[in-house]
Amino acid sequence: MTSQTQEHAPATPAAHRAVLRVDGLSVEYAGEVRACVDVSFTLRRGEILGVAGESGSGKSTLITALTRLQRPPAVTTAGRILYHGRDGGPPVDLVTLDDKALRDLRWTSLSIVLQSAMDALNPVLRLGAQFADALRAHDRRMSKKEAWQRAAELLAMVGISADRVRGYPHQLSGGMRQRAAIALALACRPDLVVMDEPTTAVDVVMQRQILSQVLRLRDELGFAVVFVTHDLSLLLEVADRIAIMYAGRIVEIGTARALYTGPKHPYTQGLRDSFPPLHAPLRPLSGIPGSPPDLRRPPPGCAFHPRCPERFDGCDRILPELVPAAGHEVACLLYPAGGDR
Amino acid sequence: MTGRRFLARRLGFYAAAVWSAVTLNFLIPRLMPGDPSLAIIEELERVSGQSLPPRTLESIQRLFGDPSANLGAQYLDYLGQLARLDLGVSIRNFPTPVSDLVWQGLPWTLLLVGSTTVVAFLVGTGLGVIAGWRAGGRFDSIVSPLTTFVSSVPYFWVALLALWAFGFLLGWFPLAGGYDPDLPVGLNAPFVLSVLHYGALPAATIVFSAFGGWLLGMRNMTVTTVREDYVLLALAKGLSPRRVMLRYAARNAMLPNFTGFALALGGVVGGALLTEIVFSYPGIGYLLFISLQQRDYPVMQGVFFLLTLTVLLANLAADSVYALLDPRIRERA
Repeated sequence: MTSQTQEHAPATPAAHRAVLRVDGLSVEYAGEVRACVDVSFTLRRGEILGVAGESGSGKSTLITALTRLQRPPAVTTAGRILYHGRDGGPPVDLVTLDDKALRDLRWTSLSIVLQSAMDALNPVLRLGAQFADALRAHDRRMSKKEAWQRAAELLAMVGISADRVRGYPHQLSGGMRQRAAIALALACRPDLVVMDEPTTAVDVVMQRQILSQVLRLRDELGFAVVFVTHDLSLLLEVADRIAIMYAGRIVEIGTARALYTGPKHPYTQGLRDSFPPLHAPLRPLSGIPGSPPDLRRPPPGCAFHPRCPERFDGCDRILPELVPAAGHEVACLLYPAGGDR
Repeated sequence: MTGRRFLARRLGFYAAAVWSAVTLNFLIPRLMPGDPSLAIIEELERVSGQSLPPRTLESIQRLFGDPSANLGAQYLDYLGQLARLDLGVSIRNFPTPVSDLVWQGLPWTLLLVGSTTVVAFLVGTGLGVIAGWRAGGRFDSIVSPLTTFVSSVPYFWVALLALWAFGFLLGWFPLAGGYDPDLPVGLNAPFVLSVLHYGALPAATIVFSAFGGWLLGMRNMTVTTVREDYVLLALAKGLSPRRVMLRYAARNAMLPNFTGFALALGGVVGGALLTEIVFSYPGIGYLLFISLQQRDYPVMQGVFFLLTLTVLLANLAADSVYALLDPRIRERA
């Protein structure tokens, strides 16, 4: 079970089943700030869903809510996070799951890669020990020796020589640390890995290397990924689908290609036009004027309307809902659901 | 190996520190105006009412200087005498050698202050982890303010109050001493029991006054450590909260507290001066107190020398163990 077997499995029928169904999720801070509002999406097995948005758009809050790692004063006030296990049994709701059951689910089904591996690895424990305690917490029959052996294999899987297993985090370079953190997240073969800006702390060359490794491992092991970043250009390379967040809401969600070639929401258009294309003729760049809204006093109607170049009468009164539009979904009054509302 | 090189450098540093302490001990009486040796010898002869044997005279001059002799030769003599652990003779308890007095007091102090320092550290650190792990929780909001109050009560007052209440009023514990003077000294059950009986009250007062500092320090370090990403990741891994608390939060938060602990161990030999005075406990602190009162210079110097050595030793131990606990220190040195 723990040995390295050949697993090229993303194309099996199971790959099309959902692994996570988020339904109307809302997260508030001390009842004052609504950092996530009515967030819904579905993640299929082996799929990489990118979540992009500016600072303060609620994407980090979404991550901690999905993994139920949020700390007070953050509270999930509404919604469900339905996790569908490998066994095909009935889904469990991560929001209401009791602590013990949640702990069993952690790392074996649901793991996380944090933004800075420097801070995420315990500086005074050897790398192997940090792998071993996760492995042994979920497989009590595994001996210490087997766990360290497995840790070395996992490190080798991301291109870190196995003897580093006895090293400490500070002895690794930034890129190696981040790859070690990814290997750690895969230790118990989870179905779902949540990645919180896993490449912001490393240079672009390492960024590319890490992303291609994530893609390769996903193909081999078949886990799904929620990949959160502020860098839309990066998501266009790795994600199957992308969700754009603004002021705590998903304003547009669709395949990476659709979002790049035909963004519907003026905010998505603004994001796309604020970085240079990688494989296309150069075009003029433009930023999005203004800054994200204060979530303590979100603007009425569509939260983006004060910055929107295409706003019209009604944008400051009517809250647009996420509706299907040309292959993906968008929440903007320019695209009314089934005609007038 | 980096670990060994680290240790070698530390050892070199401490050897230099010991050497300078010894040399200062040698120089200070010799740089004083007048002739301290002569003053001590006259005092001794006045107290004992007889002239001193030549060996004693020689020993005193080696320790406190002979203005007529060559300084370099004196220095070598002095070092030779220290190497034989000869610290001179006491003036007040003439002609008991100072080293005998020190050896008599040392076990009592190590027993009382050593054990209570360890207990206070363990209790305080343990409770501090629990308070810091759930900062603002029920345990924390009762224990932490209470501890702040307890540890700000002056120690001598706690000791006197305990002595008055449990020794005098209730009569549960003896008022003074380290053991029952009517029993034969030795490793027999009645004597050991009397040692425990005599030591219980002073020990309890030390632990009572000392654990609060450890608790508050550990609590505050734990509060900041709990916010670290590696603690969050440990929880995300599905480890039991107990394991995360001990292996990820406490393990890392303990580092600064541990330094304090090692330094406190260095202070153990100096004894809890106030404890030993209040309870007339026959340890090093009490010895120092008596010798100060009686201006027994050789004893004072002997005790100070011992204190210097133990503090340095404790520092060395702290450094070395810290390096074991924190791999980052090993390479930075």
